[in-house]
Amino acid sequence: MSSPLTREGLLQAYRTMRTIRDFEERVHVDFATGEIPGFVHLYAGEEASATGICMHLNRDDYIASTHRGHGHCIAKGVDPVGMMAEIWGKRTGTCKGKGGSMHIADLEVGMLGANGIVGGGGPLICGTALASKLRGTNNVGICFFGDGASNQGTIFEAMNLATVWKLPVIFVAENNGYAEATSSNFSVAVENIADRAGAFGMPGVIVDGFDFFAVHEAAGEAIRRAREGHGPTLLEVKLSRYYGHFEGDQQTYRAPGEVQKLRDTKDCLMQFAKRVTSRGELSMADIEAIDREVKTMIDDSVVQAKAAPLPLPEDLMTDVYVSY
Amino acid sequence: MARKITYQQAINEALDQEMSRDPSVIVMGEDVAGGAGAPGDDDAWGGVLGVTKGLYAKHPGRVLDTPISESGYVGAAVGAACNGLRPVAELMFIDFMGVCFDQIFNQAAKFRYMFGGKAKTPVVIRAMYGAGFRAAAQHSQCLYNIFTHIPGLKVVIPSNPYDAKGLLIQSIRDNDPVIFLEHKALYTMEGDVPEESYVVPFGEAAVVQEGDDVTIVAMGRMVNYAKDAAASLRKRGIQCEIIDPRTTSPLDTDTILESVERTGRLVVVDESHPRCSMASDISGFIAQEAFGALKAPIQMVTAPHVPVPFAASLEELYIPSPARIEEAVMKVKEYR
Repeated sequence: MSSPLTREGLLQAYRTMRTIRDFEERVHVDFATGEIPGFVHLYAGEEASATGICMHLNRDDYIASTHRGHGHCIAKGVDPVGMMAEIWGKRTGTCKGKGGSMHIADLEVGMLGANGIVGGGGPLICGTALASKLRGTNNVGICFFGDGASNQGTIFEAMNLATVWKLPVIFVAENNGYAEATSSNFSVAVENIADRAGAFGMPGVIVDGFDFFAVHEAAGEAIRRAREGHGPTLLEVKLSRYYGHFEGDQQTYRAPGEVQKLRDTKDCLMQFAKRVTSRGELSMADIEAIDREVKTMIDDSVVQAKAAPLPLPEDLMTDVYVSY
Repeated sequence: MARKITYQQAINEALDQEMSRDPSVIVMGEDVAGGAGAPGDDDAWGGVLGVTKGLYAKHPGRVLDTPISESGYVGAAVGAACNGLRPVAELMFIDFMGVCFDQIFNQAAKFRYMFGGKAKTPVVIRAMYGAGFRAAAQHSQCLYNIFTHIPGLKVVIPSNPYDAKGLLIQSIRDNDPVIFLEHKALYTMEGDVPEESYVVPFGEAAVVQEGDDVTIVAMGRMVNYAKDAAASLRKRGIQCEIIDPRTTSPLDTDTILESVERTGRLVVVDESHPRCSMASDISGFIAQEAFGALKAPIQMVTAPHVPVPFAASLEELYIPSPARIEEAVMKVKEYR
């Protein structure tokens, strides 16, 4: 059992989840106007996963992320204002407008990058964890990946390597049921992704991704194991995305009403608020104050992003090498 | 103090000296210790050809055997480089890039640009390359041109023991991802190598020998073949200038350009296939930049557009030879 959350912890959890939700809902609206370039994959609906896991992490712990990386970035401490500018392709963005939504990274806060390659992060996080281990720190690495990436060889190789080298890695399979348009019921050969853990000599744990507290507790245990030198864990978080694979996806592969039903009955923010207020741990006033504060911050991030300069012609050729 | 050691020993010495100097340098790969978990010696092999032999005992915990999982451990080397280490990952045969290329060209090569200049990835990927060992199509290729094509990577091809040591030390100290390619036919080549540590900078070609009649640009093992051809041509009164770029990315175009502007004649020797090769790249560059200076069409001496064959009779035909280089030089020399 991880220690119960303090009032500050609960406020932080809600603020992070609310920030991710509002960020994504706003990107969804702005993308529809045609002003945001490129491909955007939204994390709305999955907030409890990134938040419940990253709340256990320090700045020197690393995470590797996915196409659907905005939530992981925010939960790990990347500045949402810079992220919004990055998504708008502006020079003030986290990556100076050179990465975009699929490549937001901030190594200063241990965010090794959203990744445009499905399954790309598994080997990389083994490397950050190896470095932590060889230096004798107790830092961990979190590899977020989806049900699509769960079938990639890189993830299998990384899970085997992590056990062979006894690395402090937590493989977090965020199973939202769809790899692009293909159902995980079809594409994953076993009932649960976590069932594969035994094949790689590590514990496999399944957790309800709509329940922040369940994720937080399961992640706490896996991360504690890793910090204490007991090696990797595979944590399968079962959840759902509220939007398409990418913005513009008509989602005709989903059942009618599927998302609305989840929003109405299982939404992670709704469940969180209901639980903490019914237990008297936070008040509705606490919740509403965060809602207002986050809305202002997200609105402001868009104002700043719109006003920010585009990258300059001379930026094209810089940042390829440290020296060349 | 310089003394004669082999290309293989020079590489081993560079790794050893850098591991001694900098505790963040680690070596990983398949059988680089060679014996992990087995009942016999923990470092039985020291690399499949013994190139890393002895490092395991000298640098405990920093020479790591890996599973045969090239994506897994090459990617881990890239990740470790993002978190403060300077890993040297050995890919054994460069042909195996096919099972881990994503971690090299989509991950390591892209981080700095994609992350707005805020990442550095000081990783070295060592691999042997080249034909001549009857190792056939999947263990003999020269793929440096593919890596050279990718912005974000640096590509190093030492042709002799001195350069092998100095370029590897530079590769390890460099803050960008480096592909370091060792020709397997050169491992036994001996040459003068200083005992002390030194670097050979990237992007500075070596003028292997001077001459005013024809410029030969050759790389890797082909430098030695070019020297053989030039020695024979000297007897016929033709003075060849041989340029070894040493690194194909960055490429020292100034030295090549200066030479061709003087000689007016260029032969490029490249052990890889002709299409989209270093030979075609350098030829294209000179055609654009020194067209007016050329007294004859550029000649490329390359392997043919076929996989590397197994049978000795075919492999010998496949590899560019000193005789073919000589023929190409005569062609540009006698062009009217």
